[in-house]
Amino acid sequence: MSTLNRRNFMKVGGALAAALLSAGILTNTALAADTSTAKVMTTGLAVTDTTVKVGILHSATGTMAISETGSIQAEKLAIEQINAMGGILGRKIEVIQEDGASDWPTFAEKAKKLLASDKVAAVMGCWTSASRKAALPVFEKENGLLFYPTFYEGLEQSKNVFYTGQEATQQILAGLDWIAKEKKAKTFYLIGSDYIWPRTSMKIARKHIEQHLHGSVVGEEYIALGDTQFGSVINKIKLKKPDVIYAAVVGGSNVAWFKQLNAAGLNSTKQTMLTISVTEDEVLGIGGENLAGFYSAMKYFQSQTNPENLKFVEAFKKKWGEKSVIGDVTQAAYLGPWLYKAAVERAGSFDVDKVQAALPGYVFKDAPEGAVTVEKNHHLTTKLRIGQWGKDGQAKVVYTSAYIKPDPFPKGYQ
Amino acid sequence: MNASLSKLVGGKEGLVGLAVLAAIIFVVLPLGVDIFRLNLVGKYLTYAFVAVSLVLLWGNGGILSLGQGIFFGLGGYGMAMFMKLEASDPITTKIQTTPGIPDFMDWNQITSLPWFWEPFKSLPLTILIILTIPALFAYLIGFAMFKRRVGGVYFAIITQAIALILSILIVGQQGFTGGVNGITDLKTVWGWDTRNDSAKYILYYLNGFLLFGAILLSKYVLNSKFGMLLLAMRDKEERVRFSGYDVSNFKIFIFCLAAMISAVGGAMFTLQVGFMSPSFVGIVPSIEMVIFCAVGGRASLIGAVYGTLFVNFGKTFFSESYPELWLFIMGGLFIAVVMFFPDGLAGVWAKYSHKLNFFKKKSRLTTAAVTDSTKIDAGKKTVKEIDVTNIKGAKA
Repeated sequence: MSTLNRRNFMKVGGALAAALLSAGILTNTALAADTSTAKVMTTGLAVTDTTVKVGILHSATGTMAISETGSIQAEKLAIEQINAMGGILGRKIEVIQEDGASDWPTFAEKAKKLLASDKVAAVMGCWTSASRKAALPVFEKENGLLFYPTFYEGLEQSKNVFYTGQEATQQILAGLDWIAKEKKAKTFYLIGSDYIWPRTSMKIARKHIEQHLHGSVVGEEYIALGDTQFGSVINKIKLKKPDVIYAAVVGGSNVAWFKQLNAAGLNSTKQTMLTISVTEDEVLGIGGENLAGFYSAMKYFQSQTNPENLKFVEAFKKKWGEKSVIGDVTQAAYLGPWLYKAAVERAGSFDVDKVQAALPGYVFKDAPEGAVTVEKNHHLTTKLRIGQWGKDGQAKVVYTSAYIKPDPFPKGYQ
Repeated sequence: MNASLSKLVGGKEGLVGLAVLAAIIFVVLPLGVDIFRLNLVGKYLTYAFVAVSLVLLWGNGGILSLGQGIFFGLGGYGMAMFMKLEASDPITTKIQTTPGIPDFMDWNQITSLPWFWEPFKSLPLTILIILTIPALFAYLIGFAMFKRRVGGVYFAIITQAIALILSILIVGQQGFTGGVNGITDLKTVWGWDTRNDSAKYILYYLNGFLLFGAILLSKYVLNSKFGMLLLAMRDKEERVRFSGYDVSNFKIFIFCLAAMISAVGGAMFTLQVGFMSPSFVGIVPSIEMVIFCAVGGRASLIGAVYGTLFVNFGKTFFSESYPELWLFIMGGLFIAVVMFFPDGLAGVWAKYSHKLNFFKKKSRLTTAAVTDSTKIDAGKKTVKEIDVTNIKGAKA
C-alpha cells in the first residue's frame, strides 16, 4: 500500500514537474533551450524530450548467468532509483536489455545492435574479459559508451569504456602487503584458472612478492576453466607448505577447489589463503562452511556498515528478495548508471564525446562502497578491503586500505 | 554440354531452387534489411558453408562429423592471424614491451613472433594455408580412421574429441593463440578497412558468391558418379566394398572436401565479424552446425542454407525479444522439428510443394526420369571401375 502511495505521489510529482517545465518553456525560452533535445543531443542517439535509451548487455543465460545476474539486478535497481528521482536531465531511462548468452561473439553482435540499431546513449555491460575484448572494437568503432563493472587484469584503457571495478594492481598489491605484514608470510603458492585475468594477476603478484616483499613463490599452477580435479595440486601444496595460498580460481572450479581443500584437511585453521576471486555471489555456490576463515581481497563487502551501503542493501533486498546477496561486482555494476547520470549532468549533454570528457574528476560520494573518484584513465580510485569469511556466507572486513589510484599499465610489473 | 549443365544444377526444379535462393541472398536481403542486419545475415551465411559441407558428408555420405568446428576454426584462425599481424604494426603497438607483435603475446611475456605465425604476414600464403591446412588435417584424421574402418558413432565421437582437444589447446596456449579471448580487434586486409559499410557490402556479396560456388561444387560432386557411390556407401557400405571399391579413399576425399568448404566459411566469418575465438572450434558450435543442417534437411544443399538462416534468425529474434527465455523457445523449436519434420525444411517442402502446384508434379516426374537414366549410366560404368580397381589391387 505504501509503495502504491509513493508511486502515485511520484506520478503526481512528475506530472507537476512536467507542467511546471512546460510552463517554463512557455514563459522562459532561455531555460527551455538548456535541456531541449536539440541542444543536449546532436549525434543521433535515442534521446527524446522525455526519455533516453540505455542498454544492458550481460549474460542472462549460459554458464556466466549465475555471476552476471547480480550485475543486471544492480543496474536495473540503479536505473529505477534514477527514474524515481526524475531521470537524467529530465528524461526517464528506458532500458533495452540484451543477452550475451555467455558467448563472446554474441556480446559483439548485441553491442553492435544496441549501438547501431537502437542508438542507445550508453551501455551497462560485459562481465568477463573475453566478452569485453570482443565487444570493445564495436564500442570504439561506433563511438559508444560502456560501463564495465568487473575487476579485471588491466592492460587496457579505452576512451569508450569506464571501468567501475578494480584493475589488477588495485586488488593485488595492498592485499599482499597486508597478508605479508599480518601473517608474517614469506612463501606463497599461486593458483588460478587458466585464462588472461588470473595469469596477468599472478604475474603482478609474483613480481610484487619477489621484489617488494622479499618473499618467494614456491609454486604456480593454472587449472583449465571448469576443471574440478584439484587432487594433485593439493598434494603439491601439502608438500611445499606455503605460508599463504594466493588463489584466483573462478566459476564451477571454485566449488570443487574449496570442498577438496577441506576434505584434504587444509581448512583455515591449518592454512592461510587469500583469494581475489570469491565474492558473496560465489559463496552461495561454495558454501560458507567450506570457506570459513579464509580471506578475500575486494573493494566491497555486503557487510559494510556505512549508511550508503545499509541503504543500498535494503533497497536491493526489497527489489530482488530477502535472500539475494551482493558481491563486489554487483556493487560496481550499481555505480554504472549513477556515474552515467553524473557525467551527462556535468556535460549538460548526452553526446558521447562530451560525456567522456565530463566524467573524469567526478567524486561519487554516495557509492555503497564509500566515495570513489573517476580518474583520467577512466578507472576509479577506490579502497581495498580484506574480508574474512564466516559460516553464514558473509565476510567480516578486517582491513581497509587507503585510497589506491588505478594504474592499468603498471611500470615494473610487466 | 546443356545436359551436363542441367545435371550440375539438378534439372529444372534444381534451377528454380537455386534461382530463388540467389534472389533472396543477392537481392531481397540487401534491399530489405539495413546494413547491421545484413552483416548478421552475412555471418549466418558463413555457418551455411559448414552446413553445406555436412550435407555432403552426413546427408549424402552417411559420415556424421561432430567436429566441423575444427575446420571452420582453422580457416577462421588463419585469416585472423593474418589480420592481427597487419593490425600489430610497430607504430600502433609502441606502448608494448615488444612492439610489432600481437598485443596478447606481449601480455604473456612472449618477446618474438613464433615461427608458425611468420607465413601469415603474406595474404596469398594465408589463403593458401586456409585452403590446404584444414584439408590436410582432415586427410590425416580421415586416413587414420577410415583406413581402419572406424565409422558411424565412433567416428562422430572421435571428431568430437578432436574438436575438444583443439579448443583446449587454443585456450591453453594463450600466448600463441590469444587464449579464451580469441584474436580480437582485427581491422584491415592489405590496408582495406573491413569495418565500414561499403566493405561490409562487398564482403557480404563475396561471401554469397563463394557460398554459391560451394553449393555448385557440391552439386557437381553429388551428381557425378562419385555422388552415386557416396549414396551407395551411406545406404549399404559393405555392398560397395564387396563390389571392389576402396571405400576409405572416397570417405577421405569427401571429408577433405567438407573440411575445405568449412574452412572457407571460417575465413569469411573472421573477415565479416572482425574476430575469431575458440568458442567456434569446440563441441558446442560443431553440434550447432549439425543442427542447422538437420533443420534444413540433411540431404538438401539448399535446405542447409535455409536451415542455417532459419535457426539463426530465430536465435537472434527470440534472444532480442525474450532475453531470459529464448533458450527454452529454441529448445522447443528443435524438439518440434525432430518430432514433426524429421527431414527438415527440405522435407516439408518436398512433402507439400506438389500439393500447392500442379505443374510441379510434372517436373518432378521428369527429374525422376533423368535420375533413373543416370543411374543406369552409372551402373554401366561401375563394371569398368571394378576392372580398374582389380588391376590396381593385383599390382599392389
